[in-house]
Amino acid sequence: MAEQPTSIDITSLVKRHGATLAVDHVSLTVQRGEFFSLLGPSGAGKTSVLRMIAGFETPDEGTIHIEGRSMETVPPNRRPVNLVFQSYALFPHLTVAENVSFGPKMQGVPRGEIASRVRASLDMVKLLSKEERFPSQLSGGEQQRVALARALVNRPAVLLLDEPLSALDQQLRQEMQVELKSIQERAGCTFVCVTHHQEEALTMSDRVAVMHQGQVLQIGRPQDLYESPNSAFVARFIGVSNELRGIVRRIEGKRAVLQAPDFPGEVHVVVPERTTLHEGTAVTLLLRPERLRLSTQPQSLNGEQSLAGSVEKVLYSGSDRRYLVRLGERLVWNVRVPNDESGRNGLVRGDAVHVRWHIADAVVLSA
Amino acid sequence: MGLLFVVPLCLMFVISFAGRGTYGGIVWSFSLTNYLDLLHPLYARILGQSILLAAGTTLLCLIMGFPLAYYIARAAPRRQGIWLLLVMIPFWTNFLVRTYAWMFILRTEGLLNTVLLKLGVITTPIELLYSNTAVVIGLVYGYLPFMILPLYVALERVDRTLVEAAWDLYATRWTVFRRIILPLARPGVVAGCLLVFIPALGAFLTPDLLGGARSMMIGNLIQHEFLVARDWPLGAAISCLLMLFVVGMMSWSLRAAKPLVQQESES
Repeated sequence: MAEQPTSIDITSLVKRHGATLAVDHVSLTVQRGEFFSLLGPSGAGKTSVLRMIAGFETPDEGTIHIEGRSMETVPPNRRPVNLVFQSYALFPHLTVAENVSFGPKMQGVPRGEIASRVRASLDMVKLLSKEERFPSQLSGGEQQRVALARALVNRPAVLLLDEPLSALDQQLRQEMQVELKSIQERAGCTFVCVTHHQEEALTMSDRVAVMHQGQVLQIGRPQDLYESPNSAFVARFIGVSNELRGIVRRIEGKRAVLQAPDFPGEVHVVVPERTTLHEGTAVTLLLRPERLRLSTQPQSLNGEQSLAGSVEKVLYSGSDRRYLVRLGERLVWNVRVPNDESGRNGLVRGDAVHVRWHIADAVVLSA
Repeated sequence: MGLLFVVPLCLMFVISFAGRGTYGGIVWSFSLTNYLDLLHPLYARILGQSILLAAGTTLLCLIMGFPLAYYIARAAPRRQGIWLLLVMIPFWTNFLVRTYAWMFILRTEGLLNTVLLKLGVITTPIELLYSNTAVVIGLVYGYLPFMILPLYVALERVDRTLVEAAWDLYATRWTVFRRIILPLARPGVVAGCLLVFIPALGAFLTPDLLGGARSMMIGNLIQHEFLVARDWPLGAAISCLLMLFVVGMMSWSLRAAKPLVQQESES
């Protein structure tokens, strides 16, 4: 291995559940100190990957290296990782302090050191005052922080988190996203987090792997996934996305002109850097709702594209308005307009509008 | 309903202070003679032997029942029903018949000895029947389901992610059992032990058939006093003593069976 080993190195991991491939040749590396998330809908195989890293499931194929060491024959109790369970799995018959000291005790850490470590890690999650309580006497948020402290007290090389915030309410969830990130920075260890919640993954992670049907579709920084998804699935899963299918009619330098079956007229796009478009190539155009603008005039500036339609629905959400604009018989787009001018009542249902965007903002996928 | 329980108990309590008539009747006089008679070492020996046999039976049931109950509790839900059914199948036949079957197995020229001789494991038949060993075998056989069922209920409720969590926190399989599974299954252990120990202590059919004259348990003694010696007052006194012992043990163990969390948060 190299001088600076990666924290986790997974090579073409396969796990079968009966006839189905729960995990289908997954390969990924996680750097030391990184906050890495596995994001995907339920049944995507992300929890299976996590459980194989923890050692609760055995891979059918492929290898897992942690800190440069193969984990093939290492049972869960000898792996340098700790898991924060979705249900927290706190021991109901032990106090908070006893729960947290369980790991160090099992590892044979000297008594005095256990006490100071337990205090330090309870301090980190701000639960020092509750060390004599039983889990059943704590709120959901507190239980979760005990689970975190119980894992972090062992100073694992990697902390694994299985849907860590799913049992919390919206308010607490957002607080804990920030909290988790700062705990990770303080603890300085690698976090691998499984979640189906895209906002959670984007907010907390340094890098995210999007999984679907056992496969990793894309790995990248949150902004990479959001700005340049490599597939319609990733685009749809991370945020709301407007789509337009079309066929390339002609190429004009760096631009391509599309003909969309759902829409009369031509649509201009910028040819993406690493792809080559030819005449006749079928493509999908993806546009984020906040990159679109609405105007009543068909004016279009240089480098802009506009499509005519009519407002079908207005959804007011305080910080912004969402317009559903019908562009064609089978084509309704989502447009998000910030509520940045008080008293502006905006457009109403039935108004004829033009949806405009800068052509560089459209993501083009050949599909 | 309560009356049905209370009246015979009161009657027995009263009789235990009465005297025995010459022809086995009850002489209505008050004396403590029956209880003082029980101080005789012979009775103490029988009581001690009964407790020993019942305790041994309970321990064996626990050792055999725990892995079985754990296995059933962790099996797929569809399988659990089948396993539990198998555990309860013996109840479909009369206990007396099943005990006779054990006599047939344990006899000197019985099934067990025949097989062992044929296999060459032993050269001379072992005398199993009419011994304490036979009694314990019979008792364990009879009461094992009463251990398995409460253990199963308790273990089934132990969240299996707790086992994984302990394993993840560097515990060996043995420590996971000792520190997590056993404490959480404690109510089931206590209930199972009571359900085996109490009836085993008062058993009379099994020691009668499998133990013969050599191993008498307190149940046989009571039966003997009532039916053979026709000394009802003495029999009643033994019964009262046995009941006192059982009640004392139950109240002690019910305190032990209380879920730990509740217990400690109260103190």
